[in-house]
Amino acid sequence: MKLTLRVWRQKNADADGAMSTYEVDGISSDMSFLEMLDTLNEELILKGEDPVAFDHDCREGICGACSLVINGEAHGPERTTTCQLHMRSFKDGDTIDIEPWRASAFPVIKDLVVDRSALDRIIQAGGYITAPTGAAPEAHATPVPKPDADFAFEHAECIGCGACVAACPNGAAMLFTSAKVNHLNVLPQGAPERETRVLDMVAQMDDEGFGGCTLTGECATACPKGIPLVSITSMNKEWLRAARKAAKR
Amino acid sequence: MARTVWDSSVGKKTVMAVSGLIMLLYLVAHMIGNLKIYFGAEEFNRYAHWLRTVGEPFMHYEWTLWLIRVVLVVAVVAHAVSAYQLSRRDIKARPDKYVHKKPRASYATRTMRWGGVILGLFIVWHILDLTTGTVHPGGFQEGRPYQNVLDTFSTWYGNVIYIVAMLALGLHIRHGFWSAAQTLGAGSRTRDRALKTVANILALLLTAGFIAVPVGVMTGVVS
Repeated sequence: MKLTLRVWRQKNADADGAMSTYEVDGISSDMSFLEMLDTLNEELILKGEDPVAFDHDCREGICGACSLVINGEAHGPERTTTCQLHMRSFKDGDTIDIEPWRASAFPVIKDLVVDRSALDRIIQAGGYITAPTGAAPEAHATPVPKPDADFAFEHAECIGCGACVAACPNGAAMLFTSAKVNHLNVLPQGAPERETRVLDMVAQMDDEGFGGCTLTGECATACPKGIPLVSITSMNKEWLRAARKAAKR
Repeated sequence: MARTVWDSSVGKKTVMAVSGLIMLLYLVAHMIGNLKIYFGAEEFNRYAHWLRTVGEPFMHYEWTLWLIRVVLVVAVVAHAVSAYQLSRRDIKARPDKYVHKKPRASYATRTMRWGGVILGLFIVWHILDLTTGTVHPGGFQEGRPYQNVLDTFSTWYGNVIYIVAMLALGLHIRHGFWSAAQTLGAGSRTRDRALKTVANILALLLTAGFIAVPVGVMTGVVS
């Protein structure tokens, strides 16, 4: 396959960026999207040019490092992570636009790499359980109803890639935050911090400069792990419950 | 609690949802009241007079009406201020647009902001036209709303402004009602289809019900 790539190039956080056009040839339809970019970078290095910087790590769809907006869609046309997107989703002769995640809470570091530590700080605000760690406890010691376990697991699938933020026209991190809140709030282990967790994480989300939810549903469409839009509804419910309880204390 | 709610984006959305639902409830009553125009001047004017005497003798003349007006003004202001502040936050959170544009959310979702501005301006005109009579075409007659409504809808611009605003209202309710349910945590996977259907029915009924009045005047059914 022969492709024309239009890639966002930006030297550093302070520099102005622009789209640059590159031609790549000899792309196999079995390559992953990242392997295609590797091919481009090898050519750029041979020519003595600066390779395109992009985030990647596990390349098996579980770490949440890869983050590209491909033809205007976070992670591209398939509902998966960029690393699991294959070139068979494109045709010979296609022009592909590749841009970084766009949100003021995700400043561009270089080219296609953005700083997503705002999501880490949301986790630090309450996305954990304060309990003695040590050896894994006996699984049957704390019974969890099956529907609750399923609900928690569905939300635990979030890999924190930030595609929801990239897809949202308001740059909101509601789907990410709701996945984390719902995952822990439904479980008995998460119960002691149920109220502070949601209040603190939402407050941190606001402090980081993420936008609010206008329920366009773009986040859930982009999510490679299929976190549903109704997660946000569940978090709103948790937040209202916590705000009422906090007021009584 | 009030501080927590007002300072949080999730809390401010709650303010929008609750104030929106209050206005929606009022609109249902308003629309049903309007339809009495089809039963002649006498019934319509009597209904308008009754609105001022509701609650008597416990309430003095027009007390109930003013109570409703105060609640509505508070709801409109709360709704508009939260919308303005939330929108500013949203726009600031996404300053750079993508070079590659793709078709976005539904028309109703995309027009919430401008639709809301149109509705706000409409409310100002509507009150100046038919409540205070300040910009009323022809002589405004206190206590004779039937004639006043006929005057307004006998002008081309009265019809245009009203019908455009009511179409904007329908779109606003279509996305707004469902969104309010999500914000208040009332949505769920199983209830989603039902909520969307209710939102569409409400939007359709209110728009059709309100537009029925200018259409009635234009076609001569109401004269």
